[in-house]
Amino acid sequence: MTNAVVPLILRRMRMPLLVLISAYAIAVVGLTLMPGQTPDGEPWRMDFFHAFYVVTYTAPTIGFGEIPYEFTGAQRLWVTFSIYLTVLSWLYAVGTIIALIQDPSFRGAMKRGRLRRAVRQMSEPFYIVCGYGDTGGLLVRALTEHRRRAVVVDHRESAIHSLELRDLKVHVPGFHLDAEHPENLDTAGLRHRWCAGIIAVTDSDHANLKVALTSKLLNPGMTVVARSQTAAGAANIASFGTDSVVNAYDAFADRLVLAIRTPDMHRILDWLTGIPATPLRERPQPPAGTWIICGYGRLGRAVCRDLARQGIRTVLVDEDPVGNGCPPDTIPGKGTEAHTLRAAGIDRASALLAATDDDADNLSIVMTARQINDTIYLAARENELSSKPLYQEAGIDLLVEPSYILASRILSVLNAPLLEDFLAQARARDKDWQHRLMGHIRAVACGTTPETWTLRVSRNRAPAVLRALDRDRPVTLAGITHHPRDRRRPLDCIALALVREGEMTLLPGPETALASGDRILFCGSSRALGLMRVPLQHDRNLHYMLTGESHPDSGIWRFLARRHGPDGPAPTRPR
Amino acid sequence: MNLEKVVFGFFILLALTLNFGFFLGEFDNPAHHDVYEFFAALVVSLIATVLKFGERTQIGAVLLAASLVADLQLIAAALVWGIAVHVADTGLTPSVMASIVSLSGGALLANLVSATLLVVETSSLQR
Repeated sequence: MTNAVVPLILRRMRMPLLVLISAYAIAVVGLTLMPGQTPDGEPWRMDFFHAFYVVTYTAPTIGFGEIPYEFTGAQRLWVTFSIYLTVLSWLYAVGTIIALIQDPSFRGAMKRGRLRRAVRQMSEPFYIVCGYGDTGGLLVRALTEHRRRAVVVDHRESAIHSLELRDLKVHVPGFHLDAEHPENLDTAGLRHRWCAGIIAVTDSDHANLKVALTSKLLNPGMTVVARSQTAAGAANIASFGTDSVVNAYDAFADRLVLAIRTPDMHRILDWLTGIPATPLRERPQPPAGTWIICGYGRLGRAVCRDLARQGIRTVLVDEDPVGNGCPPDTIPGKGTEAHTLRAAGIDRASALLAATDDDADNLSIVMTARQINDTIYLAARENELSSKPLYQEAGIDLLVEPSYILASRILSVLNAPLLEDFLAQARARDKDWQHRLMGHIRAVACGTTPETWTLRVSRNRAPAVLRALDRDRPVTLAGITHHPRDRRRPLDCIALALVREGEMTLLPGPETALASGDRILFCGSSRALGLMRVPLQHDRNLHYMLTGESHPDSGIWRFLARRHGPDGPAPTRPR
Repeated sequence: MNLEKVVFGFFILLALTLNFGFFLGEFDNPAHHDVYEFFAALVVSLIATVLKFGERTQIGAVLLAASLVADLQLIAAALVWGIAVHVADTGLTPSVMASIVSLSGGALLANLVSATLLVVETSSLQR
């Protein structure tokens, strides 16, 4: 801030200050030179002290009268002149200050200075989100819901304005800068010691590539997550060690197949990677019959490919089959007209996906399809978050929301690094296991998407557990997954996996003994997340959780307990 | 020739010379130290300070600092003068004059530093 704004103010104030000093000097000197008179009629000249006093009160047009003696004509003449001189200089100076405050470049400098200071003063881990569109907005909201800090960089001023108007729980500095320039990322805190990661979710693959590249070069240790819209772009971004590249359409196609083949596993995945505190999604299972796909874009391609791999028949409808490189049996047409859909065999098809990049077209396709075949399973791609209410009204079974998919995938990478491994292993389990887990999560979730978090058994995160282990007292998982006030009541959470020395155990039982260095993946309510901290931090509570004994805290209560306690003197505080 | 540089150098040197002129003379004799010269020294010193505003260079920063020191000394001297004559009514006794002149002597030193720096900066300029 001081680097940019103060010299700017000083330089702009140079002229007004010079004018002001000169005007005062002229007025004061002139007043001391003007011949005056004492009341006795003796010649008298005003001294500097009084002259400065008179000018000081006449310049801002206050005017205390003629002191110390009544002025002579010459003095009055000079004071008249100096009033015009000094008042005009003041007006000029004040006008310059006001013009300076309203100057867009000055305001910009002030704002950037404020934001820079806000970033510099961050004292907890924060993420830089490049691109504040639908995905960026969802991400920032979800991060701030968790009291995580974020910094936004976007080259569109409107995006930054909308960020400033959002009612977020923590302040999110938003820079109106182009993320493609490395120095701009540096301004946003790329090399800050608390910068935990950077998330590149701009609309342009090229910009995301540059952001990922810059971050990996300038701060190699940090997490970089980038969005990519094409497979080639994804491979490019992943080639230099970007931690995670997310392609919304591939992710969707993968999930669709999962939902068709193993609906329970799909639910588990959907819930665990969902955005917490949103309603729990319960979606009908997509059918395994013939799929009609309207629009052979990025989404259409990804879905076609994955469905074909599963041996599910697909019929393509596209406006320009030759130009878009569609397979030879594609039906030409938009899909918004009934005859195209009939030609695609909508009467016999069991599902339809409207995958064009125009929301109006998609809605039209879906409504036409519903009129012809009212039992068909309908899926549609939502291109803009603002069209969501329309899609909700249209009675669609499965809405493809690229921004939501992206945001949830990125969040799960950031929040619970173990989750991806867990999901991969869970997919390999049989359907019964998945069904049981699904039921368990549903019971814990109570209608809202659960939180997922990773607990590391370490001195920082679980000091009480470590102290107990140091004294060779076994600590079981049950000891930290029950209510700290009532150890018989389990918390609304599930231990999904435990990682010890690189080995992952799925669904560890409550009797599992913890060891230093363990990492445990949990899912559950945010209340459970908060309550779990109590036994992790407090020796006394952990002791109660493990043994059921509760000891008084303060000296007086301890004294009384020793006198009246049923089981003899209370042990001293373990510490 | 750059008019801005001329004005800049002019005011720095004028601040020095006026200050020196006021300082000259018997140390505690009010007759040797003119109030108009003192006023001129103060005003020119203030102008020289304002001219140095907004410089981003290291030498500019030191120049500004030296100028601020000179202003501070001269304003202190003016306060001593005003208080002695109009508030405390002690008049311009030799001891009051001595403290005014010694304060202006400090300002003279600061102005001297300013002028030296100006010369250093000018001579280090590459042609």
